[in-house]
Amino acid sequence: MESTKNLHEYILTRLIKISGYSAIIFVLMIFYFLLREGLPTIGEVSFTNLISLRWYPIENYFGLLPLIGGSLIVTLGAAIFAIPIGICTAVFIAEVAPRWTRDILKPLVEVLGGIPSVVLGFLGILILAPFMRRLLDLPTGLTALAGSILLGGIAIPTIVSVAEDALDSVPRSYRDAALALGATQWQTIWRVTLPAARSGVMTAIMLGIGRAIGETMAVMMVTGNAAVLPIKWNSLFLPVRTMTATIAAEMGEVAKNSTHYHVLFFIGLVLFLISLGINIAASTAVFKQRRRAERILS
Amino acid sequence: MIKILIEHLNLQYSDGKESLRDINLEIPANEITVLFGPAGGGKSSLLRIFNRLNDLADVKLISGKVLLDDTDILDPMIDVISLRRRVGMVFARPVVLPMSIRSNLTYGLELAGEKREMKLDEAVERSLVQAALWEEVKDRLNEPAISLSGGQQQRLCLARSLVLKPEVILLDEPTSGLDPISTGKVETTLHELKQTYTIVLVPHSVQQAARVADFAGFFLQGELIEKGIGKELFINPKDKRTEDYIMGRFG
Amino acid sequence: MAALDRQGKLLINPGSSDARLARQKLGFSCLTLITLVTVIPILSVVIYILVKGLPAISWSFLTTFPYDGVKQGGIFPAIVGTFFLTLGTAIFSVPVGIGAAIYLSEYAPESRWTGIIRIAIINLAGIPSVVYGLFGLGMFVIFLKFGTSILAGSLTLSIMTLPVIISTAEEALRAVPQSFRVVSISVGATRWQTIRRIVLPQSLPGIITGVILGLERAAGETAPILFTAASFFLPRLPNSPLDPTMALPYHLFVISTQVPGMPVKIQYGTALVLIVFVLGMNLIATTIRSRARAHRQW
Repeated sequence: MESTKNLHEYILTRLIKISGYSAIIFVLMIFYFLLREGLPTIGEVSFTNLISLRWYPIENYFGLLPLIGGSLIVTLGAAIFAIPIGICTAVFIAEVAPRWTRDILKPLVEVLGGIPSVVLGFLGILILAPFMRRLLDLPTGLTALAGSILLGGIAIPTIVSVAEDALDSVPRSYRDAALALGATQWQTIWRVTLPAARSGVMTAIMLGIGRAIGETMAVMMVTGNAAVLPIKWNSLFLPVRTMTATIAAEMGEVAKNSTHYHVLFFIGLVLFLISLGINIAASTAVFKQRRRAERILS
Repeated sequence: MIKILIEHLNLQYSDGKESLRDINLEIPANEITVLFGPAGGGKSSLLRIFNRLNDLADVKLISGKVLLDDTDILDPMIDVISLRRRVGMVFARPVVLPMSIRSNLTYGLELAGEKREMKLDEAVERSLVQAALWEEVKDRLNEPAISLSGGQQQRLCLARSLVLKPEVILLDEPTSGLDPISTGKVETTLHELKQTYTIVLVPHSVQQAARVADFAGFFLQGELIEKGIGKELFINPKDKRTEDYIMGRFG
Repeated sequence: MAALDRQGKLLINPGSSDARLARQKLGFSCLTLITLVTVIPILSVVIYILVKGLPAISWSFLTTFPYDGVKQGGIFPAIVGTFFLTLGTAIFSVPVGIGAAIYLSEYAPESRWTGIIRIAIINLAGIPSVVYGLFGLGMFVIFLKFGTSILAGSLTLSIMTLPVIISTAEEALRAVPQSFRVVSISVGATRWQTIRRIVLPQSLPGIITGVILGLERAAGETAPILFTAASFFLPRLPNSPLDPTMALPYHLFVISTQVPGMPVKIQYGTALVLIVFVLGMNLIATTIRSRARAHRQW
């Protein structure tokens, strides 16, 4: 009896250990597959083609720059409005709001974080785009700006949650000391608490931006899908296309093992490496916030 | 009769704290042996060797012999689980498991394979009587254990250590969080228990040591400075360091 | 102390306290305003979809198949499909995720390897959902020859859900006081017995909350199932895990972007069902979390 129980426990412990290492295994598997299907691009498509300004796969134009540009401008736009709003909201919730308000707002923000991006994209098409078209007198409302707004809306909950946690973990003694020296609450927040939570807030921003870069559906539905390099001054008001949208839109029609197929995987590889970079930066920047960040990153 | 024999025991943790150097000590059966001395002296470490709880910590080096009757506790081949059933432990802060009073007590028994309700009931009552807690809780056995007061919780922990009918009971500053009345109750109980069990105690004050010790050992920075019969050691310590500590000149 | 700058001078502005308080009031008002910018859109989104989608909801809408292309009828197969995909995701990700969390919390000492595991987890959490779709396509649909199927979709979604489950589960496990484990060991329990009888039961509410939040996200995602499981219109319900399936997020995507003449009412109705599904799970998770906190025995 004892020995079967011991065997039972031994097997279970082994399984648990394998589960523990599973995360590493999966990351490596994903990397491997992206490499396997994406690297042939390097052999099949010339370098000059890849850095050209035309993305027109039907005629074998595989210029990635318009796509990268599209992702950049939409993400940048999202960052510009999501970061200040996100941080201010986090500050409000963590430092200014009374208890009862906090108890309502925190779950509310989590709710926004949980809304599927398809739904946001859907509303973007039906409401935001026509609204912007009329407001700004544009030929179409499906623009980079619309994408930025939606992406901002998607990034804000992540930024708020992680930043609010970071602010919350600043020890009371810091605030008490500043107040005892005669600072107002306002001054305490901006000169003491926020700097003290700096690494957590940086993580929040990085994670929010990371989420924005990786977003697919909402941008695809709302940015118009024109693969044009967004360098004109009014590019924000024109349609663009992101890397993520490209993959999602074109993968369904692509022949397996064609050059187009390989290039799409190559784009996926690029996205993978970008998110790898952001996440390593975020995780080395701050140790304490990491676990909560892992959880909230969704 | 010697219950635990310690010969040339050396212990080092990876972080260097609370180590033990060349300890030679005999713990007599059915007596209260007190290990006392200032903090960091190694007393708790020694206690945790007796039930191999030191396995949970980062031990760099351990050598020597520690014999419980005829079993060498330090032997890596021995069945640690049954050792822990022979040697029970009560900790400094009362730690009750997040279950009912009764379940706290039957936990160890069920792990040992005991399923018969009657046996479990008997063991519960017996151990609560021995810990002087039975009268206070006999009608509340199914309530959560954290509803008890601090003193009651600690006596529950004592009862929990008795439920498996161990041979030795280890107590690490068991009354440090308790009021004087509860402390008194625990000390009285220990006097009764020593008839059945061997007791090794780390006291939380010299006064407590002097009150309960049949046999005592003074530990300073990992070394056993002096050992002897309780009455003699506290009235007539032979080593100056022992005397200084007992007199409160340092601590 | 953060309130003194490097020369030891007080960083507090020696202006009059009235001026400082006035500035503070202004500042707080701004923060409140900005927070409203975050909060009002959330509420509006949910209310708007509720209002516009409710007319479409009826028993037949929820339980019948679409017809006339998809322009009429119900969304029953999509609901069932999402349910199957969520179930499949749970089957794969819950055991592995909890196992990994147990490994990290109860077995492995902090070492270089656990550091690598944690980095891998953060990376999995940050990978764009469309890249998961690509991986799922390459690995499960093509390489393992599962084809476009519930199986392929569930496996893809599971890997994506893993980081959330691992992080929340680990946090829940670590929250259980260490003293319980020590006591358990001291009465003769093995490590696994301690986990099974004390640590797991005590951390179960937290773990369940994390699982539900993870599954909620999986239910709402479109990109990972785009090429691995989803099909736009199927006349019958799936018979086996190897069949493709309809799914709510994908359905919403298609009917709002690719079906000309699609009745708006049905679009809103679909969005409403999806939101209710997702937010319902959120509500359940939050309720479990707060009730568990109230009944905690430590």
